[in-house]
Amino acid sequence: MLGSGLLQGLAVTAKNFVGSFHDPARYTTVEYPEVKPALPEAYRNFPFLVSENATDPMGTLRCVACQICEKECPPQCIYIEKSKDKKPDAAGKPQIYPAIFAIDTSVCMSCQICVEVCPFDAIKMDQVFEIATTTRFEALLLNREQLAKPNSYYHGIHPTEAAEVDARLAADRKAAEEKAQAAAAAKAAAAAAAAAKAASPAPKAPDESRRSPQGEGGPPTPKPQSERGAVS
Amino acid sequence: MNPELLTPGGANVRAVHDAFHGDLLEVSMGPHHPSTHGVFRMIVTLDGERIVKLKPVFGYLHRNHEKLGETVSYLGSMPYTDRLDYLSAMTNNWAYAIAVEKLAGQPVPERAEYVRVILAELTRLLNHTCLAGFLMQDCGCSGTPLMYAFREREKILDLFESLSGSRMMCNYQRFGGCRVDPTPAWVDATRTLVGNYGAFLDEFEALLTGNEIIMARTQGVGVLSAALAINAGVTGPMLRATGVASDLRKSDAYGVYPRFQFRVPLGAHGDVYDRYMVRVLEMRESIRILEQALAGLPGGPIMDPKAKLRGFRPKAGEAYGRIEGPKGEIGFYLVSDGGPNPLRYRVRPPSFINLTVLEDMCLGQTVADAVIILGSVDIVLGEVDR
Amino acid sequence: MNAALLFATTGSVLETLPVTLRDLVTGWLPEPLRWLVNSLVGVGTLLAVIGLLFAYLTLAERKILGRIQNRPGPNRTPIPFINLRFFGLAQPFADGVKAITKEDVVPDGADKVLHFLAPVALLAFSIMTLGVIPYGRHLVLLEFDAAVLYFFAAGAATELAVFMAGWASRNKYSLLAAMRALAQLISYELPLLLSVVPAVMLAGSLALPAIVEAQGGWSYGFLPQWHVFTPWGFAGFIIFFISALAESNRSPFDLPEAESELIAGHLTEYSGFKYALFFMAEYFGMCALSGMGVTLFLGGWQAPLPFLEFIPSYVWFGVKLLSLLLVFIWIRATFPRLRMDQLTRFAWKFLVPLALINLGTAAFWSLTAGWSGPLQFVRWAVALALVLVPFTLLGRRLSAGVAPRTYRYAT
Repeated sequence: MLGSGLLQGLAVTAKNFVGSFHDPARYTTVEYPEVKPALPEAYRNFPFLVSENATDPMGTLRCVACQICEKECPPQCIYIEKSKDKKPDAAGKPQIYPAIFAIDTSVCMSCQICVEVCPFDAIKMDQVFEIATTTRFEALLLNREQLAKPNSYYHGIHPTEAAEVDARLAADRKAAEEKAQAAAAAKAAAAAAAAAKAASPAPKAPDESRRSPQGEGGPPTPKPQSERGAVS
Repeated sequence: MNPELLTPGGANVRAVHDAFHGDLLEVSMGPHHPSTHGVFRMIVTLDGERIVKLKPVFGYLHRNHEKLGETVSYLGSMPYTDRLDYLSAMTNNWAYAIAVEKLAGQPVPERAEYVRVILAELTRLLNHTCLAGFLMQDCGCSGTPLMYAFREREKILDLFESLSGSRMMCNYQRFGGCRVDPTPAWVDATRTLVGNYGAFLDEFEALLTGNEIIMARTQGVGVLSAALAINAGVTGPMLRATGVASDLRKSDAYGVYPRFQFRVPLGAHGDVYDRYMVRVLEMRESIRILEQALAGLPGGPIMDPKAKLRGFRPKAGEAYGRIEGPKGEIGFYLVSDGGPNPLRYRVRPPSFINLTVLEDMCLGQTVADAVIILGSVDIVLGEVDR
Repeated sequence: MNAALLFATTGSVLETLPVTLRDLVTGWLPEPLRWLVNSLVGVGTLLAVIGLLFAYLTLAERKILGRIQNRPGPNRTPIPFINLRFFGLAQPFADGVKAITKEDVVPDGADKVLHFLAPVALLAFSIMTLGVIPYGRHLVLLEFDAAVLYFFAAGAATELAVFMAGWASRNKYSLLAAMRALAQLISYELPLLLSVVPAVMLAGSLALPAIVEAQGGWSYGFLPQWHVFTPWGFAGFIIFFISALAESNRSPFDLPEAESELIAGHLTEYSGFKYALFFMAEYFGMCALSGMGVTLFLGGWQAPLPFLEFIPSYVWFGVKLLSLLLVFIWIRATFPRLRMDQLTRFAWKFLVPLALINLGTAAFWSLTAGWSGPLQFVRWAVALALVLVPFTLLGRRLSAGVAPRTYRYAT
């Protein structure tokens, strides 16, 4: 009969009216400023730079200004200038560091590609979203001081991922240490051999050791891709 | 009314401008109009309230998507594809990934194929639910179906967020797999959502499908003939609503779709109601696919271990990758010269191509119909204007 | 003193309380002036009460609509200075302040005089309709014999104001809205009036208090003799209610301001306080038509059950009015909008014939009032058949070609 569909519709809306008072599956509103939504661990918004410790963020940035993220960034929102000098990093090894590292958050689209391509685990995704400012330009251009956040913060927002990263870094470091030791031993042996021969030049340490703080420094180059292909 | 006015193209619009018919009224609907789904403009010529001519104007949201794709690396285009049809980022990602994988000959692990199917069908649920809500909003419901649709959409977006980190701009697929491996908790949450979705659809349909006003508003309105639909290259639910059995999931059998049991609903009249119903029925089929895919989700790697992320340079050649997106055939055509960027990057946007038959559907209908016909095409201006 | 008598006494005291209060205020005036001040006090009270009702009706509509849509609705506006939210109860006043302080934009090409006059005229006509409704046993502001005619004359004039607004705005959307408003007026005025005729016929009077009195008493000792509880009355009430929805431009008949098609229709070029006046007039019209429906079909200020009569009549009127308004809101939250041709077809091919047949049903009902015993059943059966058979047949014709469909699947 004409009108039965309409009455059915009225029943549905009445059910929802009642349901919105007692059924959390229907009434899903979170009243935001008072109640903050629970962010999933995977949530990402804008990158930040990881520093090893909180007391000296600029001295312990993991970033070595290799500029890969700058090249890979699809909207080109990262600007990096390498330092002329080298500064000791967290492990006391001299490294090139970013003299300028700026991200224009008005351009950044939080796509996470910088994070994925970074061979040093130096840039990670933040979870900030209350970032309104009163100006359109300077306040949205974040420099390295604003971008640097300690590793403990990273552990706070992405615990699982950060633990993986730390484990991987430690493993790398250990491997590099062993390699360096082996290299040193080899060097010593070579030196000995050289001393014995008293003519041939000493061999150079392998490239991989640069990854580790105990490594020998020099201009950083990206890790071979095959190592990081399936990570994350 | 003069039957001549009903002919497609409205060739003789000015001829009827005589004393008997009175003046024609030209109304510019949009770009700032509540129901043009973004910044879209229809220049409508009216005889009374009947449409005798309709000229769509778009491009207000043009942002050089295709040229941009030629200037950034293959990976760099992935987040941009999110922004084409921002309601179905996951399927856009997948179509682009398929194109690049074809170009580079990159295999995809089985687990990733299953996850892709799950995400694509979730996207279909999300997109069709939203569309039904928008369409009913265009019909004049005071937001109620739209809010119900958005309530459920939020639940799907929560899943996307906990998996990919972003609700809409997922940037999730990679060449040779997916970026993140879904956890068992995520799979369980998806299973719960899929289990509850049927009940939501029942309620949603109780509110809308049998409603006499909606039937009166949408049945016989905006009829699109199968012949015109095929000639114009219309795809997706719009084509199926005209009765043409065309679904890339069946005909292309990409991914692991051949492993799942599902049916393709077909309309018979090609009107707005059919387009709405075909989508609703498709959602029910999507639920079936999701149940099967979640049950059969295999273990193993989510990413091909040999896949390259950085310094990705496919050999010279060309490839066209397409999938059945929620709106129709979403395809990416790529030409590589062996460099890090594509030489040519071209999108086949389903909602843009579906929109081309708008005038043919609207002629002879009223202004009120034009609004719901536009709503039933299911456009997202991010994709139309690119 | 037993309880029933206590109830009766307090009841009658409360019943006459508004009049007593008014007389307390105006009693000291010299006799010749008293009628004037009495009327002014009445008008002031009515405007204050209906004005407050309007304010909180907007809030209630937004909140109920919100809850139906699974969201809270406006709940954040604090009470000034003390910063206490209290469910957003200060929202209407915040809205008012906003409306007053907004810039009043008048289009350059508009007919400025008409553009200004339209909201004023609309509101004036709406307020005029409010004057004749009996809000309680002793609360009739404007008591005269042709009250029903007056009510519908003033009510129809509001559509003229809508046309003025649409025409004067010099906007194509507004113009289309104005055309729609007029077509709607012509279509729905007829079923509205026809549905009222039986009530007038049975009371034998065009005066509203007489129509309310005619619905007094109880059949079988408990069923109130309101018109809505008779077959013709029920049908008449539904027709009246549907036409009232159309008359007050409410969903699903809100074609003149169809926001998804015509942006805001005749309101497109209005802003600030003029826009608020349109809103006010819409709600006043809604209240007036609901009040009329209550008076004509729902027994006016009569109590629904005999033992509830101690509650003053104006409370019952208010309760009925609010429940009708609630249905207005509920319908708005649920239904989509009709199209113009469907709207007029619905009026002419469905409501008007039904209302005409309903005249006959009402006549039959009043002629058979003396039937008793088993004839009672015959009376009910015939009357119900007179209502339901045309409804089904006309409904089937109206919805011909519109039906749920079955779909086939490609394998």
